[in-house]
Amino acid sequence: MPVETTLEELAESFELLDDWMDRYKTILDLGGELDPMDEALKVDAHKVKGCMSQVWLVGTLGSEGRMHFLADSDAHLVKGLIAIVLMLYGDKTPAEILETEHAAALAELGLDKHLSPGRSNGLHSMIKRIRALAEAHLARGPSA
Amino acid sequence: MSTALATAAPSFDLATVRAAFPALRQEVHPGKPLVYLDSAATALKPQPVLDATMDAYAKDVANVHRAVHALSQRATARYEGARDTVRDFLGAAAREEIVFVRGASEALNLVASSWGGANLSEGDEILLTELEHHSNIVPWQLVAERTGARVVHVPITDAGEVTLEAFEAKLSAKTKVCAFAHISNSLGTVLPVQAMAERAHAAGAIVVVDGAQGVVHGAVDVRALGVDFYAFSGHKLYGPTGIGVLYGRQELLEAMPPWQGGGDMIDRVTLDAGSTWNDLPYKFEAGTPNIAGAIGLGAAIEWLSALGLDHVAAHEAEVLAYGHARLAEIPGLTLVGSAPRKASVLAFTLEGIHPSDAGTILDAEGVAIRTGHHCAQPVMDHFGVTGTARASLGVHNGTDDIDALVQGLERVRAFFG
Repeated sequence: MPVETTLEELAESFELLDDWMDRYKTILDLGGELDPMDEALKVDAHKVKGCMSQVWLVGTLGSEGRMHFLADSDAHLVKGLIAIVLMLYGDKTPAEILETEHAAALAELGLDKHLSPGRSNGLHSMIKRIRALAEAHLARGPSA
Repeated sequence: MSTALATAAPSFDLATVRAAFPALRQEVHPGKPLVYLDSAATALKPQPVLDATMDAYAKDVANVHRAVHALSQRATARYEGARDTVRDFLGAAAREEIVFVRGASEALNLVASSWGGANLSEGDEILLTELEHHSNIVPWQLVAERTGARVVHVPITDAGEVTLEAFEAKLSAKTKVCAFAHISNSLGTVLPVQAMAERAHAAGAIVVVDGAQGVVHGAVDVRALGVDFYAFSGHKLYGPTGIGVLYGRQELLEAMPPWQGGGDMIDRVTLDAGSTWNDLPYKFEAGTPNIAGAIGLGAAIEWLSALGLDHVAAHEAEVLAYGHARLAEIPGLTLVGSAPRKASVLAFTLEGIHPSDAGTILDAEGVAIRTGHHCAQPVMDHFGVTGTARASLGVHNGTDDIDALVQGLERVRAFFG
């Protein structure tokens, strides 16, 4: 199951919350909506580099042509950030993923400050990895 | 240019010190004034440093050592004046021993590459400690690979100390160089530099000290310490980024080959008969140096010295002791690094809470700390953690900053509780 909360719902609740502490609480709760990731998948090959915490991410192409991602982190707030990334990118075809613009959506949430390359939370690296996985599937063609 | 090192003030007034830092006059989030506890990563800049740097670009903007015109003469005088300030600050014997570099990392790379490349060979040993910053590990690994020398590490105790016994146990006739921190950036441990240098020299090795933290928290006298090289960065010493210093004993620097080639470091260049090198310290300053950076660093040293380095050290020790006591009251908090001789650093873990999560919530409260491995992964390995949260003190911190940290940590615990 992809993350249930939508970006629109999240943006609406953020609008009601002035205090970043409350927003972080919301982000924290979103982490709980992530599908559990099997410990066996948490290997170095699936690690997203450039995160201060550990982040693992795998993506597979379903029979309906949409990509499914499983991801986890040992930091709770980073798990919440992963959930937001998957709201944007989860359950899309590889072509749709490559067309998705994340900057405006994340700016609306006030998360753009977390986005610059090299930021320790690794949001930038996660998006890069998702796009790379989508590109790899596209390159392999529809039969893959 | 004369130096102001002799004008140390007799008293230390925290309010006056704080007033010098424009960065402290800001709210990082609405209603959350900045509580800066990340000086070990980089220090805030006091107004005199900003003024000197701005002035260097506004008025004396010219290249150094090159032209006869007035601006170049002034820029050269101020750049070389900064070198004299550094020489006095470190107690070096001569200005030729002060090489301006980009920072401590570059200084350590210079020594490892130039001295190490010329003096190390197969069978030789490079002795480091387990608490080194990556900048004092990797350059030695690189030169070891090049020369066939071997890197050996002195283990630390569970308190985060380097004991003389452990150090001596690793010293041998094979040891050609001992490189270690003056103060650990990840733990705050103060190493017994003078005693280690004595033992290293007795074994026939030279001594290279990473002073990136050491130079910030008390007076340093390189001759009293008896070290051969001492490296530090300007930006951790309340100065600009991109400027640092390598102190090296003149005799050793004279014998070393140049490291980088370019302008300023040459005496004569020919196409057929090779080139000859400029005198010290210019032999190691290839290319146009960071002129404004050096001038800013000189201003930083003069500013800090005028406060009185002993007063600064005493003040910071008081705040650190208070920090230890307050953090010990927090349930689930474990201090990482408890050496009896410590400076500036309060590193810790929180049970069940990732350092990155703690740092994010503290930031929302306006409290800036560092989280992660602090470029010292072997230290993290020793303590069996992937990272820690680290609060580090600067001259402007007071017990009220510790109170803000403790209050912030209580919110962190409530948030993830």
